[in-house]
Formats: sequence, structure tokens, C-alpha cells
Amino acid sequence: MILIKYLVPEVFLSLSIFSLLMIGVFVKNSFNLIYKLSIFLIFLLILIILNTDGETIKIFEESFVSDHFSLFAKLLILISSFFILIISKQYIVDIKNNKFEYPIIVLLSILGMFFMVSSNDLILFYLGLELQSLSLYILASMDRDNLKSSEAGIKYFVLSALSSGLLLYGCSLLYGFTGSTNFEVIASNTADSTIGIIFAMVFILVGLAFKVSAVPFHMWTPDVYEGSPTSVTSFFSVVPKIAGIVIFIRFMYLPFQEILDQWRYILVFISIASMILGAVAAIGQNNIKRLIAYSSIGHIGYAIAGMTPGTENGFKSTLIYISIYAVMNIGAFACIFLMKRNGKYIEDIQELSGASRNHPLMSLSLLIILFSLAGIPPMAGFFAKFYVFMAVVESGMFTLAAIGLVTTVVSAFYYIRIIKIMYFDDPKKPFEQLKDFGIYGSLIVSCIFLISFFLYPSILNEIISNISIF
Amino acid sequence: MNFPILSSITFLPLIGAFFIFLTRSEKNQSDKNSIYLSLFTSFTNFFLVLFLWYSFDPTTYDFQFVEETTWISGFIKFKFGIDGISILFILLTAFITPICIISCINSIKSRLKEFLIAILVLETFMIGVFCSLDLVIFYLFFEAGLIPMFLIIGIWGGARKVYSAFKFFLFTLLGSVLMLVAIIAIYWITGTTDVVDIYEIKIPKEFQYLLWLAFFSSFAVKLPMWPVHTWLPDAHVEAPTAGSVILAAILLKMGGYGFLRFSLGMFPLASEYFVPLIFALSVIAIIYTSLVALMQDDMKKLIAYSSVAHMGFVTMGIFTFNKQGIEGSMIQMLSHGLISAALFLCVGVLYDRTHSRLIKSYGGLVHILPKYSFVFMIFALGTLGLPGTSGFVGEFLVLVGTFKVNFLVAIIGSLGVILSAAYMLWLYKRVIFGKLEKVELKKIKDINLSESGILFVLAALVIFFGFYPDPFLETMRVSVDNLINNYNLEINRSIALK
Repeated sequence: MILIKYLVPEVFLSLSIFSLLMIGVFVKNSFNLIYKLSIFLIFLLILIILNTDGETIKIFEESFVSDHFSLFAKLLILISSFFILIISKQYIVDIKNNKFEYPIIVLLSILGMFFMVSSNDLILFYLGLELQSLSLYILASMDRDNLKSSEAGIKYFVLSALSSGLLLYGCSLLYGFTGSTNFEVIASNTADSTIGIIFAMVFILVGLAFKVSAVPFHMWTPDVYEGSPTSVTSFFSVVPKIAGIVIFIRFMYLPFQEILDQWRYILVFISIASMILGAVAAIGQNNIKRLIAYSSIGHIGYAIAGMTPGTENGFKSTLIYISIYAVMNIGAFACIFLMKRNGKYIEDIQELSGASRNHPLMSLSLLIILFSLAGIPPMAGFFAKFYVFMAVVESGMFTLAAIGLVTTVVSAFYYIRIIKIMYFDDPKKPFEQLKDFGIYGSLIVSCIFLISFFLYPSILNEIISNISIF
Repeated sequence: MNFPILSSITFLPLIGAFFIFLTRSEKNQSDKNSIYLSLFTSFTNFFLVLFLWYSFDPTTYDFQFVEETTWISGFIKFKFGIDGISILFILLTAFITPICIISCINSIKSRLKEFLIAILVLETFMIGVFCSLDLVIFYLFFEAGLIPMFLIIGIWGGARKVYSAFKFFLFTLLGSVLMLVAIIAIYWITGTTDVVDIYEIKIPKEFQYLLWLAFFSSFAVKLPMWPVHTWLPDAHVEAPTAGSVILAAILLKMGGYGFLRFSLGMFPLASEYFVPLIFALSVIAIIYTSLVALMQDDMKKLIAYSSVAHMGFVTMGIFTFNKQGIEGSMIQMLSHGLISAALFLCVGVLYDRTHSRLIKSYGGLVHILPKYSFVFMIFALGTLGLPGTSGFVGEFLVLVGTFKVNFLVAIIGSLGVILSAAYMLWLYKRVIFGKLEKVELKKIKDINLSESGILFVLAALVIFFGFYPDPFLETMRVSVDNLINNYNLEINRSIALK
């Protein structure tokens, strides 16, 4: 019974999901109620996590771990989901997607991520991953009457199932060669890296790279991002990425810590390929959701670059990167949710033309966010890249750093292209003036974070200073 | 801890910009308010900088007014400080900004408020560049300046503004990201990014060459040097007058300042090694871009190419590593800051009246614009380095310094002076002299009070420093001497090691 206290967030979340489901079944037209309750529950969970002390505890035969690392990841997941639920509410209502299941499935996927980031065992990891993924498939095809949405759901399901299969195959190989499903036992048995373990590592890497949509396993991302309802896309582009990167770090640094030399170069390749593809492929995009998809592929490349050194500075820089990335993307999607004209949401970038005349606040915010995404100082996005390249250069990988920084120049092109459209071009018809306090609030919060980050750039370092995996 | 005067002069424009951002009223009223606010901010800042210059102690080469706080804990300190070299650039920046603001009252018709915000934010970043004594802080300000300048060119620019803005942004960004790698590498080599500490620690020889090249890529684009100068004519032509003025007068000087402060100070051995490269590029810049300038039919483009040629003198002077050369290039940069700013303002005056920058649409202006022709002549003569103008002092000192080191380069460089006389006088002749034939020119009025105010002040300064450059030389002398001494010490040490 004493163990339960380390499981409070998960238990609380599960119970609230069940009760919300009950409310949904028995109360008619309960979308509004359940949506608000979910946001409130997430807020409560944030408070619970903030009040949990971060001592490292392993329970259930050491398969579930609660430490600073997992708590930070959960906090990040919750805060991002909190803001994303707030900014996407109006959209969900507008596209008549207001089914009460929506927030519940979001909560379910969060539950899956919770288990994933806390897992210290292959089985728990896989269960968490699948709970998350299954919820995400449903979310992708949430807009049932929309062909694109259904297509996105199916596409995501088929490809993701394939990658889960590979991942599972890797896990079984790993179990076969090390005789355990526990991460630490695996770590101590991989020292004499046999070819079998390397195979297992590669299979698992493929699965993980798919989940975070790193090149060359990124094909699903643009289609799914474009097809899914924007509310779901905003969720996809942030929250599962956080969970994926966190479990990625745990895998590389814990079970595979001994075979660093084997996975480092795979990661270097994945990272360079993602950075280049993210930079080049986004240039031709006219749909803002596709553009965000490619840009997020690029950003994942930078985040993975932070892991390649295999050092403590390395994974911490990745965590900082993914946190700042989450803030930037939430802001970007808040702007996308404001692009509404005649009751329809607009995804074509050209429609932003001259928006700075009619919507100065939104344009200024998007300007800040885009310069931040491009990594131009003094925005927070610069520091994200700065920390990553600090870690990369520390271990002597100058080529990776140089390629990474040159791709930032290429990607700067398409970010400033949007700025050009907003600020330099002639104005078109204005968008609707939405009176949604949530969207504006989130937008302003994220912009203030991005601008004022340079005043005290070590704030994130201090928050994650006591995280250790080893 | 004394009053943090450097932070104040750096962030005061930013605060002013924030207040302008907050003003809300009718369009005319808000334009007026923002002009007053920005003039107030920039003049206050200018007087603060004058006070700073007054209280600056020119007898020591140590960094003064140093401010230090932890910034990224354990990594990087936020460090500001100035010496005799940087204070002159700060002075120039604080002087040029109010001039820009006055000049744009007439010329900017739309979104004046945003324009003033951009100018003030840019001033913060520019002063920050010259104040910072930490590589990361320097990089932060150096890069951040791109954002307002990109917007200034893109929003208020001419017909091909988008192309020019993108070219400007991407060129400079590409140049400077390599510097970021170098800065991070320096951190891992020396354990610090504090410039003063790095001067002491001395970077090992084997790293110096690559790091020098990385810094060079950034400064060469910014300065700009041939062959990466192509963004400059485009940016100048399309930018609004105030944008061109800031670009020519201050942003280009960041490159020269970077060479002095970082390349020379931190990598003396590599600097010595790459002298032939710099000399070759400078000479090509002086001759080639002067020839290109001869062929231009757009006045702004002509001045832009002449800027590249003048920057060739600057790099040539810096890499002579002697007193005359370096002091000469400092004076050259400051005088170019005044003269090119004034020339762009002159072109802006004509452009506001006739909306043409082409040389062939003018001619015979002396008959209707006597005052204008007079000041324009002073600046034209300043550009070609007539004795008695500040342009002469700079070029003369640079050439003296170069003759000491390399006879051939100095000879070719001197030819550039003749070429600059050719294009400048020809430009002047075609625009000002001759018969007044164009009908549409007959209606235009001579420069008004605010225009003549700023132009005559600039002209007075150009002539004053032509006769009496001592205030500048006095301020920088000790710092430049120290720079050269350190350089020579390091070179002698490495020779002794061999």
C-alpha cells in the first residue's frame, strides 16, 4: 500500500479518466463540462507533480521508476497539454468535433506517456507506448466525416503499428541476449556488445525514431499533421514529442549506455538527416501545418544532436531544447487557431498576407515565435540551439555542429518567408476577431517567455540541474 | 558598484521603444508622440554617451566602466566594458541614431511608429555589440541586429525589398553561424568566453587558424569584403534612407570593430598568417568596387560600392599592425560613418522630392538647390579624401601604415584614391552641374530646416575632424598602442619558440 504514494499522479489520472467517462455517458451534451474538467484535472495534476519530491524510487520489481527525470518530463507533458487544450477548444467546437470522448482520449494518451517516461522495464515501456499510440490513432481520425482526417488516422495507424512491431522485435532480441527486461540489468549485460544486442538496439532505435518522427522514419508526419484536425496536430507536434524524446534519452543512456560507440553514429546520421530534411523540405510548403510538420522534423534533429555526445550536458541540452520547442510550438499553434475567416480555419500561408496591418498583436507574436524557431538571438530558440551545440562541440563533433548551424540558415529562409508574407505583402481581408481569452493568454505567455528568456537563460538549467539518469 | 552607465546607454533605447509601443491614440497624434518620444530617448542617450566620453580616461588601456554579473550560471558572465576603441563606435552610434530619426520624419509615410521602434531597438543592439566583453553576449547583440534591419528593409524598402531583405538576412546569418561554432569551441579550449581572460590565456597556435577563419567569415560578410559584398548594394538601394544611413554608418563598422577586438586580439598568430589574404581582398575591393562604382547609374548603388572600397582601406589598415595603419582605419571608419551617412541623407533628400535615385534624372541642381549643392560638395570631397576633410586623415594614415609594410599593396591602394575621385566627381558633375533641363526638377525646393540642420552639422564635423582629428586619436591612442604591443609580444614569442 505504501507503494501507491509514488503512483499518485498515475492513479489520480486513471481515476479521473474513468469518472469523466461516466459523466460523459450519463450527462447529455457534456463536451463543455468534460473539457473544462479535463483542463482543471490537468491543472491539479501539475500541482500534484510539483509537490512530489524527486527522490529516485523504483517499485514493482524495479519496473516503474519515479525520479527527477520522469517528474520533469511529466510536468512538461502536463503543462503543454494544459495550454494546448486551452488554445484548441474554440477550434474543436467550430469544426463540430465536440464529442466528449475527445478530452478523455487526450487524457488517456497522457496516461500512456506517464507510464512511458517512468518505465524502467521493457514491458512497462511497451505498454505505455501502445496506450499512447492507440489514443493518438483515434485522435488523428477524430474528425470522422473528413476524408483527410480518416486517411491520416489510417496512415498513422498502419505505419506506427509497423514501427511498434519492429520495436517489439528489438525488445525481444534484447531480452533474448541479456536475459532480462529490466533496463539496469540489460545495461550491465551489454558490456560485451554482441552482434545480437546491436541488432536489438537498431530495431529499438527505428521504433523510437518513428515515434519522434526523425528522418528517415518521418514520412507519416506531414500527411498526418495536415490531415488531422488542427487541434490534434497541435497536440501531436508537442506532447508525444516530449514523451518520445524523454524515453529516447532513457533508452540510450540507460540500457545502451555501454554501447555508446555503436549508437552514437546512428544518432549523428539521424540528426543530420533530420536537420537537413527539415530545413530543405519545408521551403516549398504552402500549408502551414505541413510546414510545421517539416519544421518539427528539423527541430527533432537538433534535439537528437544533443544526445549524441552521450554526456550529462548532452541530454540536458536535449531536455532544454524540447522544453523551448514546446513553448514555441504552442505559440505557433495559438496563432494558427486565430486564422479564421468566414467561419473557416485557414491553413494556406499566403492568406496571412499583410496580416500585420489588421492583426498587429498576432503578427508580432508570430514574428517573435518564428524568429525564435529560426534560432535568432535574443529569442529563446537561440539558447536552445546554443546549449545543444555547446554539448556537441564539447565532445569534439565540430562537423555536426557546423552542419547543424548551416541548416539553421536554410531553415531561417522559410521562417522569415512567413514574416515576409505577414509584414511586407499587401493586406488581404482580415481574419475574424476571435474573443478567446485562452488563445491570446497562451500566446502572450509563450511570447513573453521567448523574449525574456535571455534575461536569465540558466533558468531551465537550474530546474533540471538535479536530474541524473546514470 | 558604480552606476551601470554602459547598461543604461545600451538598454535606454529599448525602454524608449517599449514606451512608443505602448502609445495608443489617433494616427497623427501617435506619430507625433512617437517622434517626440524617440527623439527624447535618442538625444538623452547621446548626451549620456557624451558624458561617458567625458568621464572616460584615455590614459589607460584597461577596460573601463566594467560591469559583470553571472548570466548563465557556471558558463558565461554578462560582461560590459569599453576601451578607447569601442567608445568611439558607441559615440558614432549614439550620434547617428538621432540623425536617422530626424531624417525619417519627412521620408517615412507609413507605419512611422513601428519604424521608430525598429530604429531604437536596433540602437540597443548596436551599442550592445560595442560594449560587450564576452563572446556570447557579443554574438547575441551582433545577430539580434539582423531582426530590426531585416524589417526596416523589408517593410519600408523599395521595389525589390523582399529580395534585398532576404539576401541581407541570409548572407549575414550564414556568415555568423560559423562564428558561433568558433565561440563554442573557444569556450571548450580556454574554459571561458570572457574576452579579457582569453587575451591572457592565449589560444594555442594550432586552433588559431580555423577559429580565425570562422570569425573572418562573419566579419568579412558584415564589413563587407570582396567577394561577399554583394548583399550590400542591394540592401542599400532598397532600404529607406534612415536604414541605409544606419547600415552604412554603423552596421558595417561592426565588422571592422570585430577584426580589431577579436581577430587581432585573440588570434595574433593567425592574423599574421592571413595578412596576404586580407591584403589581396582589400586591394581587389578598393580597385574593383571603385571601377564598379564608376559604372553605376543609381546614386545609392554608387555610394554603396564606394563604401565597399572604403572598407577595403579599413581592412588594409588594420592588418598592417602598426600604429598609423590601425589608427588610420579607425579614423577611416568613423569618417566613413559620418560621410556615407551624409551622402545617403543627400540622396534621400532628392528621393523624397522626385522619387528617383537615377543619376540621369537629375542635372543642373545647383541652379535651384544652392544650399544642397554646397553640402553635397563637402561630402563628395570628403569621400574622395580631399585634405581638410576627415576622409583624408583616414586614408592618408592607412596608406602611410601600408607603405611601411608592403610597398606594392600601398601603391595599388593609392590608385583607389584616384578612382574614388573619378566616380565621386563625375557623380557630382552629372547631378549638380550642367543645365537644368528636366521640367519636373524646376519645382523642387531646397533643403528645409531639419534637413539642413543635420546635413550642416555633419559637414561641420567632417571638416572639423579633417583639420583636428586629435580628440579621436587622443581617445584611442593608448588602447591601439596596447593592441599593437600585445600583438608584437605574441609574434616575438612564437618566433623565439621556433
